[in-house]
Amino acid sequence: MHHHKYRLIIPFVLPSALIYGVFVLWPYAQALYFSLTRWRGFSRNRPFVGLDNFERMLDDRLFWNALEHNALMLVVLPSATVALSLLFSALIAQGGRGLRGAEIYRIVSFFPQVMSAVVIGVLWSFVFHPNIGVLNGFLRVIGLGSLQRTWLGDPQWVLWAIALVAVWSSVGFFMILFIAGMQSIPTDLYDAATVDGASRWRAFFGITLPLLRDHLQVAFVFMGLSALDLFALVQVMAENGGPSRAADVIARYMYDLAFNKSQFGYATAIGVVLLILSLVLSVLVVQLTQRERIEF
Amino acid sequence: MSSEGTQPLGRARPQETPAVAAPLLRRGMGNLATVAAHLVLMTWTVFVAFPFLWMVVTSFKTDQEIFFSPWRLPSALRWENFARAWTDASIGRYFLNSLIVVTGAMVLTLLCASMTAYALARFDFPGNRILYYCFLAGLMFPVFLALVPLFFVVRDLHLVGTFQGLIIVYTAYSLPFSIFFLHGFFRSLPGEVAEAAIVDGASPYRVFFDVMLPMAQPGLVAVGIFNFLGQWNQFILPLILMPNPDRYVLSQGLAFLAIQRGYESDWSALFAGLTITMLPTLIVYVFFQRRVQQGLTVGALKG
Repeated sequence: MHHHKYRLIIPFVLPSALIYGVFVLWPYAQALYFSLTRWRGFSRNRPFVGLDNFERMLDDRLFWNALEHNALMLVVLPSATVALSLLFSALIAQGGRGLRGAEIYRIVSFFPQVMSAVVIGVLWSFVFHPNIGVLNGFLRVIGLGSLQRTWLGDPQWVLWAIALVAVWSSVGFFMILFIAGMQSIPTDLYDAATVDGASRWRAFFGITLPLLRDHLQVAFVFMGLSALDLFALVQVMAENGGPSRAADVIARYMYDLAFNKSQFGYATAIGVVLLILSLVLSVLVVQLTQRERIEF
Repeated sequence: MSSEGTQPLGRARPQETPAVAAPLLRRGMGNLATVAAHLVLMTWTVFVAFPFLWMVVTSFKTDQEIFFSPWRLPSALRWENFARAWTDASIGRYFLNSLIVVTGAMVLTLLCASMTAYALARFDFPGNRILYYCFLAGLMFPVFLALVPLFFVVRDLHLVGTFQGLIIVYTAYSLPFSIFFLHGFFRSLPGEVAEAAIVDGASPYRVFFDVMLPMAQPGLVAVGIFNFLGQWNQFILPLILMPNPDRYVLSQGLAFLAIQRGYESDWSALFAGLTITMLPTLIVYVFFQRRVQQGLTVGALKG
Protein backbone atom coordinates (compact mmCIF):
# COMPACT_ATOMS: atom_id res chain seq x y z
CA MET A 1 0.00 0.00 0.00
CA HIS A 2 2.70 2.46 1.05
CA HIS A 3 4.78 1.51 -1.90
CA HIS A 4 1.79 2.30 -4.12
CA LYS A 5 1.28 5.70 -2.54
CA TYR A 6 4.82 6.88 -3.17
CA ARG A 7 4.74 5.69 -6.77
CA LEU A 8 2.24 8.47 -7.31
CA ILE A 9 3.54 11.09 -4.91
CA ILE A 10 7.13 11.16 -6.12
CA PRO A 11 6.50 11.70 -9.84
CA PHE A 12 3.67 14.13 -9.04
CA VAL A 13 5.67 16.33 -6.70
CA LEU A 14 9.23 16.04 -7.94
CA PRO A 15 9.00 18.00 -11.24
CA SER A 16 7.32 21.00 -9.59
CA ALA A 17 9.68 20.92 -6.63
CA LEU A 18 12.67 20.79 -8.96
CA ILE A 19 11.54 23.66 -11.21
CA TYR A 20 10.46 25.75 -8.24
CA GLY A 21 13.60 25.02 -6.26
CA VAL A 22 16.02 25.82 -9.07
CA PHE A 23 14.33 28.93 -10.50
CA VAL A 24 12.62 30.47 -7.46
CA LEU A 25 13.97 29.30 -4.09
CA TRP A 26 17.62 29.05 -5.11
CA PRO A 27 17.75 32.57 -6.61
CA TYR A 28 16.04 34.05 -3.55
CA ALA A 29 18.47 32.28 -1.24
CA GLN A 30 21.46 33.40 -3.32
CA ALA A 31 20.20 36.99 -3.36
CA LEU A 32 20.76 37.36 0.37
CA TYR A 33 24.39 36.35 -0.08
CA PHE A 34 25.00 38.40 -3.24
CA SER A 35 23.85 41.52 -1.42
CA LEU A 36 26.85 41.16 0.88
CA THR A 37 29.42 41.01 -1.93
CA ARG A 38 31.10 43.54 -4.16
CA TRP A 39 30.38 42.10 -7.56
CA ARG A 40 30.81 44.11 -10.72
CA GLY A 41 30.91 42.91 -14.27
CA PHE A 42 30.64 39.30 -15.30
CA SER A 43 33.67 37.99 -13.42
CA ARG A 44 33.00 35.21 -10.98
CA ASN A 45 35.06 37.04 -8.41
CA ARG A 46 32.70 38.20 -5.68
CA PRO A 47 34.60 39.39 -2.59
CA PHE A 48 32.55 39.36 0.60
CA VAL A 49 32.19 42.94 1.87
CA GLY A 50 29.67 42.64 4.69
CA LEU A 51 27.24 45.50 4.83
CA ASP A 52 29.24 47.82 2.54
CA ASN A 53 26.52 47.87 -0.11
CA PHE A 54 23.95 49.02 2.42
CA GLU A 55 26.31 51.71 3.68
CA ARG A 56 26.82 52.88 0.13
CA MET A 57 23.05 53.32 -0.22
CA LEU A 58 23.05 55.88 2.60
CA ASP A 59 25.15 58.25 0.48
CA ASP A 60 23.62 57.37 -2.88
CA ARG A 61 21.71 60.44 -4.02
CA LEU A 62 20.08 58.55 -6.89
CA PHE A 63 18.86 55.83 -4.56
CA TRP A 64 17.22 58.36 -2.24
CA ASN A 65 15.76 60.19 -5.19
CA ALA A 66 14.07 56.96 -6.32
CA LEU A 67 13.01 56.02 -2.80
CA GLU A 68 11.37 59.42 -2.29
CA HIS A 69 9.23 58.86 -5.37
CA ASN A 70 8.18 55.44 -4.09
CA ALA A 71 7.34 56.96 -0.71
CA LEU A 72 5.20 59.65 -2.33
CA MET A 73 3.42 57.02 -4.43
CA LEU A 74 2.96 54.90 -1.32
CA VAL A 75 0.84 57.70 0.11
CA VAL A 76 -0.93 58.81 -3.06
CA LEU A 77 -1.79 55.57 -4.89
CA PRO A 78 -3.54 53.58 -2.13
CA SER A 79 -5.51 56.55 -0.80
CA ALA A 80 -6.66 57.82 -4.20
CA THR A 81 -7.51 54.36 -5.50
CA VAL A 82 -9.34 53.21 -2.39
CA ALA A 83 -11.28 56.48 -2.08
CA LEU A 84 -12.45 56.39 -5.70
CA SER A 85 -13.30 52.70 -5.75
CA LEU A 86 -15.16 52.96 -2.43
CA LEU A 87 -17.21 55.85 -3.81
CA PHE A 88 -18.07 54.03 -7.03
CA SER A 89 -18.85 50.71 -5.37
CA ALA A 90 -21.06 52.42 -2.79
CA LEU A 91 -22.95 54.16 -5.59
CA ILE A 92 -23.51 50.85 -7.36
CA ALA A 93 -24.15 48.52 -4.42
CA GLN A 94 -26.25 50.85 -2.32
CA GLY A 95 -27.95 52.71 -5.11
CA GLY A 96 -30.26 49.71 -5.14
CA ARG A 97 -31.90 48.00 -8.04
CA GLY A 98 -32.76 51.40 -9.42
CA LEU A 99 -29.23 51.84 -10.71
CA ARG A 100 -29.79 50.40 -14.15
CA GLY A 101 -26.77 50.03 -16.39
CA ALA A 102 -24.42 49.39 -13.47
CA GLU A 103 -23.18 46.33 -15.33
CA ILE A 104 -21.54 48.41 -18.07
CA TYR A 105 -19.75 50.58 -15.51
CA ARG A 106 -18.28 47.48 -13.91
CA ILE A 107 -17.24 45.84 -17.16
CA VAL A 108 -15.55 48.93 -18.59
CA SER A 109 -13.78 50.13 -15.46
CA PHE A 110 -12.33 46.68 -14.80
CA PHE A 111 -10.89 46.36 -18.29
CA PRO A 112 -7.50 48.11 -17.77
CA GLN A 113 -6.80 45.58 -15.03
CA VAL A 114 -6.43 42.77 -17.56
CA MET A 115 -4.08 44.71 -19.85
CA SER A 116 -0.34 44.60 -19.33
CA ALA A 117 1.30 47.62 -17.74
CA VAL A 118 3.37 47.96 -20.92
CA VAL A 119 0.31 48.34 -23.14
CA ILE A 120 -1.22 50.79 -20.67
CA GLY A 121 2.03 52.73 -20.47
CA VAL A 122 2.46 52.98 -24.24
CA LEU A 123 -1.18 53.98 -24.68
CA TRP A 124 -0.91 56.76 -22.12
CA SER A 125 2.41 57.98 -23.42
CA PHE A 126 0.50 58.62 -26.66
CA VAL A 127 -2.25 60.40 -24.73
CA PHE A 128 0.35 62.63 -23.05
CA HIS A 129 2.42 63.14 -26.19
CA PRO A 130 3.06 66.88 -26.75
CA ASN A 131 2.25 66.86 -30.50
CA ILE A 132 -0.05 63.98 -31.30
CA GLY A 133 -1.41 63.50 -27.77
CA VAL A 134 -5.11 63.74 -27.19
CA LEU A 135 -4.69 65.62 -23.91
CA ASN A 136 -2.99 68.67 -25.43
CA GLY A 137 -5.39 68.41 -28.36
CA PHE A 138 -8.29 68.57 -25.94
CA LEU A 139 -6.84 71.60 -24.15
CA ARG A 140 -6.43 73.41 -27.49
CA VAL A 141 -9.99 72.62 -28.53
CA ILE A 142 -11.55 73.98 -25.34
CA GLY A 143 -9.43 77.12 -25.55
CA LEU A 144 -7.03 76.28 -22.74
CA GLY A 145 -4.06 75.95 -25.05
CA SER A 146 -1.90 77.80 -22.53
CA LEU A 147 -2.14 74.77 -20.21
CA GLN A 148 -0.47 72.50 -22.75
CA ARG A 149 2.62 70.75 -21.43
CA THR A 150 5.12 68.19 -22.58
CA TRP A 151 3.78 66.18 -19.58
CA LEU A 152 6.16 63.21 -19.65
CA GLY A 153 9.04 65.50 -20.62
CA ASP A 154 8.37 67.86 -17.75
CA PRO A 155 10.05 66.99 -14.41
CA GLN A 156 7.18 68.64 -12.56
CA TRP A 157 4.50 66.52 -14.18
CA VAL A 158 5.96 63.18 -15.17
CA LEU A 159 5.52 61.39 -11.82
CA TRP A 160 1.97 62.68 -11.44
CA ALA A 161 1.14 61.53 -14.95
CA ILE A 162 2.33 58.04 -14.02
CA ALA A 163 0.38 58.15 -10.74
CA LEU A 164 -2.76 59.08 -12.67
CA VAL A 165 -2.30 56.09 -14.96
CA ALA A 166 -1.69 53.74 -12.02
CA VAL A 167 -4.90 54.88 -10.31
CA TRP A 168 -6.83 54.88 -13.59
CA SER A 169 -5.97 51.24 -14.22
CA SER A 170 -6.62 49.90 -10.69
CA VAL A 171 -9.87 51.54 -9.59
CA GLY A 172 -12.09 49.08 -11.49
CA PHE A 173 -10.50 46.10 -9.79
CA PHE A 174 -11.10 47.33 -6.26
CA MET A 175 -14.54 48.52 -7.22
CA ILE A 176 -15.50 44.89 -8.02
CA LEU A 177 -13.82 43.70 -4.83
CA PHE A 178 -15.70 46.20 -2.66
CA ILE A 179 -19.07 45.60 -4.34
CA ALA A 180 -18.71 41.90 -3.52
CA GLY A 181 -17.83 42.80 0.06
CA MET A 182 -20.73 45.18 0.47
CA GLN A 183 -23.17 42.61 -0.82
CA SER A 184 -22.06 40.10 1.79
CA ILE A 185 -23.09 42.40 4.63
CA PRO A 186 -26.31 41.11 6.23
CA THR A 187 -29.36 43.26 5.58
CA ASP A 188 -30.63 43.29 9.16
CA LEU A 189 -27.67 45.41 10.20
CA TYR A 190 -28.95 48.17 7.95
CA ASP A 191 -32.51 47.57 9.16
CA ALA A 192 -31.38 48.11 12.73
CA ALA A 193 -29.57 51.27 11.73
CA THR A 194 -32.64 52.57 9.92
CA VAL A 195 -34.75 51.94 12.99
CA ASP A 196 -32.22 53.87 15.01
CA GLY A 197 -32.64 56.69 12.55
CA ALA A 198 -29.09 56.64 11.28
CA SER A 199 -28.48 58.53 8.07
CA ARG A 200 -27.19 56.76 4.98
CA TRP A 201 -23.90 58.54 5.56
CA ARG A 202 -23.60 57.17 9.09
CA ALA A 203 -24.66 53.71 7.97
CA PHE A 204 -21.78 53.77 5.50
CA PHE A 205 -19.14 54.81 8.03
CA GLY A 206 -20.61 52.89 10.96
CA ILE A 207 -21.55 49.61 9.26
CA THR A 208 -20.18 49.27 5.75
CA LEU A 209 -16.62 50.43 6.29
CA PRO A 210 -15.85 48.43 9.45
CA LEU A 211 -17.30 45.29 7.88
CA LEU A 212 -15.18 45.75 4.77
CA ARG A 213 -12.05 45.48 6.90
CA ASP A 214 -10.65 42.42 5.11
CA HIS A 215 -11.28 43.92 1.70
CA LEU A 216 -9.71 47.23 2.67
CA GLN A 217 -6.72 45.37 4.05
CA VAL A 218 -6.23 43.59 0.73
CA ALA A 219 -6.64 46.85 -1.17
CA PHE A 220 -4.06 48.73 0.88
CA VAL A 221 -1.53 45.91 0.74
CA PHE A 222 -1.97 45.46 -3.01
CA MET A 223 -1.82 49.13 -3.89
CA GLY A 224 1.09 49.61 -1.50
CA LEU A 225 3.02 46.79 -3.16
CA SER A 226 2.33 48.21 -6.61
CA ALA A 227 3.51 51.64 -5.41
CA LEU A 228 6.77 49.92 -4.43
CA ASP A 229 7.03 48.42 -7.91
CA LEU A 230 5.77 50.64 -10.79
CA PHE A 231 8.62 49.23 -12.89
CA ALA A 232 6.79 48.66 -16.17
CA LEU A 233 4.95 52.00 -16.21
CA VAL A 234 8.09 53.98 -15.42
CA GLN A 235 10.21 51.98 -17.85
CA VAL A 236 7.77 52.69 -20.68
CA MET A 237 6.57 56.21 -19.85
CA ALA A 238 9.77 57.67 -18.43
CA GLU A 239 12.87 56.30 -20.12
CA ASN A 240 15.85 56.23 -17.71
CA GLY A 241 13.62 57.46 -14.90
CA GLY A 242 12.32 60.48 -16.81
CA PRO A 243 13.74 63.98 -17.24
CA SER A 244 16.21 64.69 -14.38
CA ARG A 245 15.15 61.27 -13.06
CA ALA A 246 11.98 62.95 -11.82
CA ALA A 247 10.03 59.69 -12.02
CA ASP A 248 12.71 57.19 -11.06
CA VAL A 249 11.66 54.40 -8.69
CA ILE A 250 13.72 51.80 -6.80
CA ALA A 251 12.72 48.88 -8.99
CA ARG A 252 13.86 50.67 -12.16
CA TYR A 253 17.04 51.99 -10.53
CA MET A 254 17.86 48.49 -9.38
CA TYR A 255 17.23 47.02 -12.86
CA ASP A 256 19.42 49.73 -14.38
CA LEU A 257 22.29 49.09 -11.96
CA ALA A 258 22.19 45.34 -12.54
CA PHE A 259 21.50 44.94 -16.24
CA ASN A 260 22.94 48.12 -17.73
CA LYS A 261 25.78 48.87 -15.33
CA SER A 262 26.57 45.29 -14.19
CA GLN A 263 26.75 46.29 -10.52
CA PHE A 264 25.20 43.01 -9.43
CA GLY A 265 26.12 43.07 -5.75
CA TYR A 266 24.85 46.57 -5.09
CA ALA A 267 21.70 46.03 -7.16
CA THR A 268 20.85 42.90 -5.21
CA ALA A 269 21.31 44.79 -1.96
CA ILE A 270 18.70 47.25 -3.21
CA GLY A 271 16.48 44.25 -3.95
CA VAL A 272 16.84 43.22 -0.31
CA VAL A 273 15.74 46.70 0.77
CA LEU A 274 12.72 46.30 -1.52
CA LEU A 275 11.90 43.00 0.19
CA ILE A 276 12.17 44.57 3.66
CA LEU A 277 9.95 47.47 2.62
CA SER A 278 7.24 45.16 1.27
CA LEU A 279 7.27 43.02 4.40
CA VAL A 280 7.09 46.08 6.65
CA LEU A 281 4.25 47.46 4.57
CA SER A 282 2.19 44.26 4.80
CA VAL A 283 2.71 43.91 8.55
CA LEU A 284 1.90 47.58 9.10
CA VAL A 285 -1.35 47.47 7.14
CA VAL A 286 -2.49 44.33 8.95
CA GLN A 287 -1.62 45.89 12.32
CA LEU A 288 -3.43 49.13 11.58
CA THR A 289 -6.60 47.50 10.31
CA GLN A 290 -6.61 45.13 13.28
CA ARG A 291 -6.71 48.09 15.64
CA GLU A 292 -9.68 49.50 13.79
CA ARG A 293 -11.56 46.31 14.49
CA ILE A 294 -11.10 46.65 18.27
CA GLU A 295 -12.36 50.22 18.21
CA PHE A 296 -15.45 49.05 16.40
CA MET B 1 -10.33 35.70 5.38
CA SER B 2 -10.81 33.48 2.38
CA SER B 3 -14.03 31.67 3.20
CA GLU B 4 -16.12 34.67 4.13
CA GLY B 5 -14.56 36.82 1.46
CA THR B 6 -14.96 34.55 -1.53
CA GLN B 7 -18.44 33.20 -1.05
CA PRO B 8 -20.30 36.38 -2.02
CA LEU B 9 -18.29 36.77 -5.21
CA GLY B 10 -20.29 33.96 -6.72
CA ARG B 11 -23.32 36.19 -6.74
CA ALA B 12 -21.66 39.49 -7.31
CA ARG B 13 -24.39 40.80 -9.61
CA PRO B 14 -25.82 43.90 -7.97
CA GLN B 15 -29.36 43.46 -9.25
CA GLU B 16 -29.48 39.98 -7.68
CA THR B 17 -29.16 41.34 -4.16
CA PRO B 18 -31.41 44.32 -3.83
CA ALA B 19 -31.90 43.26 -0.20
CA VAL B 20 -28.91 45.26 0.99
CA ALA B 21 -30.19 48.45 -0.44
CA ALA B 22 -33.82 47.83 0.38
CA PRO B 23 -34.04 49.51 3.77
CA LEU B 24 -32.22 52.52 2.47
CA LEU B 25 -34.39 52.53 -0.62
CA ARG B 26 -37.49 52.39 1.51
CA ARG B 27 -36.56 55.79 2.76
CA GLY B 28 -36.15 56.72 -0.82
CA MET B 29 -33.07 56.88 -2.91
CA GLY B 30 -34.20 60.11 -4.48
CA ASN B 31 -34.36 60.62 -8.20
CA LEU B 32 -31.77 63.29 -7.88
CA ALA B 33 -29.41 60.97 -6.04
CA THR B 34 -29.83 58.31 -8.73
CA VAL B 35 -29.08 60.80 -11.47
CA ALA B 36 -26.03 62.01 -9.57
CA ALA B 37 -24.82 58.44 -9.08
CA HIS B 38 -25.16 57.75 -12.79
CA LEU B 39 -23.39 60.96 -13.65
CA VAL B 40 -20.41 60.15 -11.44
CA LEU B 41 -20.13 56.56 -12.66
CA MET B 42 -20.61 57.52 -16.28
CA THR B 43 -17.88 60.15 -16.09
CA TRP B 44 -15.43 57.57 -14.78
CA THR B 45 -16.48 55.00 -17.36
CA VAL B 46 -15.95 57.46 -20.21
CA PHE B 47 -12.60 58.42 -18.70
CA VAL B 48 -11.55 54.75 -18.69
CA ALA B 49 -12.89 53.90 -22.13
CA PHE B 50 -11.82 57.02 -23.99
CA PRO B 51 -8.07 56.28 -24.39
CA PHE B 52 -8.89 52.85 -25.84
CA LEU B 53 -11.44 54.24 -28.29
CA TRP B 54 -9.08 57.03 -29.31
CA MET B 55 -6.36 54.44 -29.91
CA VAL B 56 -8.56 52.25 -32.14
CA VAL B 57 -9.80 55.23 -34.16
CA THR B 58 -6.29 56.63 -34.52
CA SER B 59 -4.90 53.32 -35.73
CA PHE B 60 -6.96 53.79 -38.93
CA LYS B 61 -5.56 57.25 -39.69
CA THR B 62 -2.66 58.47 -41.80
CA ASP B 63 0.27 60.13 -40.08
CA GLN B 64 -0.90 63.50 -41.45
CA GLU B 65 -4.31 63.04 -39.89
CA ILE B 66 -2.75 61.99 -36.60
CA PHE B 67 -0.76 65.21 -36.46
CA PHE B 68 -3.14 67.75 -37.90
CA SER B 69 -6.68 66.59 -37.15
CA PRO B 70 -6.52 64.70 -33.87
CA TRP B 71 -10.24 65.17 -33.18
CA ARG B 72 -11.60 64.10 -36.55
CA LEU B 73 -12.51 60.61 -37.65
CA PRO B 74 -10.19 59.09 -40.28
CA SER B 75 -11.06 60.02 -43.86
CA ALA B 76 -10.66 56.38 -44.87
CA LEU B 77 -9.96 53.16 -42.96
CA ARG B 78 -6.26 52.59 -43.46
CA TRP B 79 -6.03 48.84 -42.97
CA GLU B 80 -2.52 49.01 -44.36
CA ASN B 81 -1.41 50.42 -40.99
CA PHE B 82 -2.18 47.02 -39.50
CA ALA B 83 -0.32 45.20 -42.26
CA ARG B 84 2.69 47.45 -41.70
CA ALA B 85 2.56 46.92 -37.96
CA TRP B 86 2.25 43.16 -38.41
CA THR B 87 5.16 42.75 -40.82
CA ASP B 88 7.48 45.80 -40.89
CA ALA B 89 7.20 46.54 -37.19
CA SER B 90 7.46 42.80 -36.34
CA ILE B 91 4.30 42.76 -34.24
CA GLY B 92 3.40 39.52 -36.04
CA ARG B 93 6.64 37.88 -34.99
CA TYR B 94 6.33 39.10 -31.38
CA PHE B 95 2.77 37.85 -31.33
CA LEU B 96 3.85 34.40 -32.44
CA ASN B 97 6.70 34.35 -29.89
CA SER B 98 4.27 35.22 -27.10
CA LEU B 99 1.92 32.52 -28.30
CA ILE B 100 4.68 29.89 -28.23
CA VAL B 101 5.94 30.86 -24.79
CA VAL B 102 2.55 31.29 -23.13
CA THR B 103 1.09 28.09 -24.60
CA GLY B 104 4.09 26.11 -23.42
CA ALA B 105 4.13 27.71 -20.00
CA MET B 106 0.36 27.32 -19.52
CA VAL B 107 0.44 23.59 -20.32
CA LEU B 108 3.45 23.00 -18.10
CA THR B 109 2.02 25.12 -15.26
CA LEU B 110 -1.38 23.45 -15.27
CA LEU B 111 0.13 19.96 -15.48
CA CYS B 112 2.75 20.44 -12.76
CA ALA B 113 0.52 22.47 -10.47
CA SER B 114 -2.47 20.12 -10.65
CA MET B 115 -0.36 17.01 -10.04
CA THR B 116 1.51 18.55 -7.14
CA ALA B 117 -1.58 20.15 -5.61
CA TYR B 118 -3.37 16.81 -5.87
CA ALA B 119 -0.55 14.87 -4.22
CA LEU B 120 -0.24 17.45 -1.44
CA ALA B 121 -3.99 17.76 -0.88
CA ARG B 122 -5.04 14.10 -0.92
CA PHE B 123 -2.05 12.15 0.40
CA ASP B 124 -0.46 12.18 3.78
CA PHE B 125 3.31 11.81 3.85
CA PRO B 126 6.16 13.18 5.93
CA GLY B 127 7.20 16.63 4.73
CA ASN B 128 3.83 17.34 3.13
CA ARG B 129 3.17 20.51 5.13
CA ILE B 130 6.73 21.78 4.77
CA LEU B 131 6.60 21.37 1.00
CA TYR B 132 3.27 23.15 0.84
CA TYR B 133 4.52 26.12 2.83
CA CYS B 134 7.70 26.25 0.76
CA PHE B 135 5.56 26.67 -2.34
CA LEU B 136 3.44 29.31 -0.61
CA ALA B 137 6.53 31.30 0.40
CA GLY B 138 6.99 32.22 -3.26
CA LEU B 139 3.88 34.41 -3.04
CA MET B 140 5.54 36.69 -0.51
CA PHE B 141 8.75 37.82 -2.16
CA PRO B 142 9.10 40.60 -4.74
CA VAL B 143 10.44 39.16 -7.98
CA PHE B 144 13.02 41.96 -8.12
CA LEU B 145 14.95 40.35 -5.29
CA ALA B 146 15.50 37.24 -7.41
CA LEU B 147 16.37 38.95 -10.71
CA VAL B 148 20.16 38.94 -10.58
CA PRO B 149 20.64 35.38 -9.28
CA LEU B 150 17.86 34.15 -11.59
CA PHE B 151 19.64 35.59 -14.59
CA PHE B 152 22.82 33.73 -13.70
CA VAL B 153 21.03 30.45 -12.98
CA VAL B 154 19.36 30.63 -16.40
CA ARG B 155 22.64 31.63 -18.03
CA ASP B 156 24.54 28.74 -16.44
CA LEU B 157 21.92 26.36 -17.83
CA HIS B 158 22.44 27.94 -21.28
CA LEU B 159 18.78 28.92 -21.43
CA VAL B 160 19.13 32.69 -21.86
CA GLY B 161 17.50 33.79 -25.11
CA THR B 162 15.59 30.54 -25.58
CA PHE B 163 11.87 29.84 -25.55
CA GLN B 164 12.42 26.80 -23.29
CA GLY B 165 14.12 29.06 -20.74
CA LEU B 166 11.20 31.51 -20.63
CA ILE B 167 8.64 28.70 -20.51
CA ILE B 168 10.26 27.01 -17.54
CA VAL B 169 10.83 30.30 -15.67
CA TYR B 170 7.24 31.47 -16.27
CA THR B 171 6.10 28.10 -14.95
CA ALA B 172 8.30 28.30 -11.88
CA TYR B 173 6.87 31.71 -10.91
CA SER B 174 3.28 30.63 -11.64
CA LEU B 175 3.49 27.53 -9.45
CA PRO B 176 2.99 29.09 -5.98
CA PHE B 177 -0.39 30.64 -6.71
CA SER B 178 -1.56 27.77 -8.92
CA ILE B 179 -0.66 25.09 -6.38
CA PHE B 180 -2.19 27.13 -3.58
CA PHE B 181 -5.45 27.60 -5.47
CA LEU B 182 -5.75 24.02 -6.76
CA HIS B 183 -4.76 22.59 -3.36
CA GLY B 184 -7.86 24.19 -1.87
CA PHE B 185 -9.88 22.95 -4.80
CA PHE B 186 -8.78 19.31 -4.55
CA ARG B 187 -9.42 19.37 -0.80
CA SER B 188 -12.99 20.44 -1.38
CA LEU B 189 -13.76 17.64 -3.88
CA PRO B 190 -15.69 14.65 -2.49
CA GLY B 191 -13.61 11.48 -2.15
CA GLU B 192 -16.32 8.90 -2.89
CA VAL B 193 -15.94 8.83 -6.66
CA ALA B 194 -12.20 8.31 -6.42
CA GLU B 195 -12.64 5.58 -3.79
CA ALA B 196 -15.17 3.81 -5.99
CA ALA B 197 -12.70 3.92 -8.87
CA ILE B 198 -9.97 2.47 -6.66
CA VAL B 199 -12.28 -0.36 -5.56
CA ASP B 200 -12.90 -1.01 -9.24
CA GLY B 201 -9.17 -1.52 -9.59
CA ALA B 202 -8.16 1.72 -11.31
CA SER B 203 -4.51 2.69 -10.92
CA PRO B 204 -3.74 5.86 -8.92
CA TYR B 205 -2.75 7.59 -12.16
CA ARG B 206 -6.05 6.76 -13.82
CA VAL B 207 -7.92 7.96 -10.76
CA PHE B 208 -6.15 11.29 -11.11
CA PHE B 209 -6.38 11.80 -14.87
CA ASP B 210 -9.80 10.20 -15.49
CA VAL B 211 -11.67 11.02 -12.29
CA MET B 212 -10.16 13.86 -10.29
CA LEU B 213 -8.91 16.11 -13.09
CA PRO B 214 -12.30 16.31 -14.87
CA MET B 215 -13.94 17.07 -11.53
CA ALA B 216 -11.42 19.87 -10.96
CA GLN B 217 -12.19 21.50 -14.30
CA PRO B 218 -13.71 24.74 -12.89
CA GLY B 219 -10.61 25.22 -10.76
CA LEU B 220 -8.34 24.56 -13.72
CA VAL B 221 -10.22 27.09 -15.83
CA ALA B 222 -9.91 29.74 -13.11
CA VAL B 223 -6.19 29.10 -12.67
CA GLY B 224 -5.79 28.97 -16.45
CA ILE B 225 -7.35 32.41 -16.97
CA PHE B 226 -5.34 33.85 -14.12
CA ASN B 227 -2.08 32.47 -15.51
CA PHE B 228 -2.88 33.41 -19.11
CA LEU B 229 -3.24 37.06 -18.14
CA GLY B 230 -0.18 37.01 -15.91
CA GLN B 231 2.03 35.25 -18.45
CA TRP B 232 0.79 37.08 -21.55
CA ASN B 233 1.42 40.40 -19.80
CA GLN B 234 4.77 39.41 -18.28
CA PHE B 235 7.44 42.07 -18.87
CA ILE B 236 10.35 41.98 -16.44
CA LEU B 237 11.23 38.29 -16.92
CA PRO B 238 11.55 38.41 -20.74
CA LEU B 239 13.34 41.75 -20.40
CA ILE B 240 16.24 40.10 -18.58
CA LEU B 241 16.05 36.58 -20.05
CA MET B 242 15.32 37.22 -23.75
CA PRO B 243 17.98 39.52 -25.21
CA ASN B 244 17.47 38.22 -28.76
CA PRO B 245 15.24 40.73 -30.67
CA ASP B 246 13.96 38.01 -33.00
CA ARG B 247 12.44 36.23 -30.04
CA TYR B 248 11.02 39.21 -28.14
CA VAL B 249 7.61 38.53 -26.66
CA LEU B 250 4.79 40.96 -27.32
CA SER B 251 5.01 43.28 -24.33
CA GLN B 252 8.78 43.47 -24.65
CA GLY B 253 8.60 44.09 -28.39
CA LEU B 254 5.98 46.77 -27.96
CA ALA B 255 8.07 48.64 -25.39
CA PHE B 256 11.03 48.39 -27.78
CA LEU B 257 8.94 49.67 -30.71
CA ALA B 258 7.46 52.54 -28.74
CA ILE B 259 10.97 53.90 -28.23
CA GLN B 260 12.37 53.07 -31.66
CA ARG B 261 9.33 53.94 -33.79
CA GLY B 262 8.95 57.19 -31.94
CA TYR B 263 12.15 58.32 -33.58
CA GLU B 264 11.17 56.95 -36.94
CA SER B 265 7.74 58.55 -36.58
CA ASP B 266 5.61 55.82 -38.08
CA TRP B 267 2.85 56.69 -35.67
CA SER B 268 0.00 55.05 -37.52
CA ALA B 269 1.75 51.67 -37.48
CA LEU B 270 2.46 52.07 -33.78
CA PHE B 271 -1.18 52.74 -32.99
CA ALA B 272 -2.19 49.77 -35.14
CA GLY B 273 0.39 47.60 -33.35
CA LEU B 274 -0.94 48.64 -29.98
CA THR B 275 -4.47 47.76 -31.09
CA ILE B 276 -3.35 44.32 -32.30
CA THR B 277 -1.55 43.74 -29.01
CA MET B 278 -4.72 44.40 -27.05
CA LEU B 279 -6.96 42.12 -29.08
CA PRO B 280 -6.27 38.71 -27.46
CA THR B 281 -6.71 40.06 -23.94
CA LEU B 282 -9.83 41.95 -25.02
CA ILE B 283 -11.30 38.76 -26.49
CA VAL B 284 -10.51 36.70 -23.40
CA TYR B 285 -12.03 39.45 -21.27
CA VAL B 286 -15.21 39.82 -23.30
CA PHE B 287 -15.90 36.08 -23.33
CA PHE B 288 -14.91 35.29 -19.76
CA GLN B 289 -15.70 38.68 -18.29
CA ARG B 290 -17.41 37.51 -15.13
CA ARG B 291 -15.01 34.62 -14.64
CA VAL B 292 -12.01 36.91 -15.07
CA GLN B 293 -13.39 39.38 -12.56
CA GLN B 294 -14.17 36.60 -10.10
CA GLY B 295 -10.90 34.82 -10.68
CA LEU B 296 -8.77 37.89 -10.12
CA THR B 297 -10.69 39.16 -7.09
CA VAL B 298 -10.87 35.72 -5.45
CA GLY B 299 -7.16 35.45 -6.07
CA ALA B 300 -6.65 38.76 -4.29
CA LEU B 301 -8.65 37.76 -1.23
CA LYS B 302 -6.95 34.40 -0.94
CA GLY B 303 -3.43 35.58 -1.62
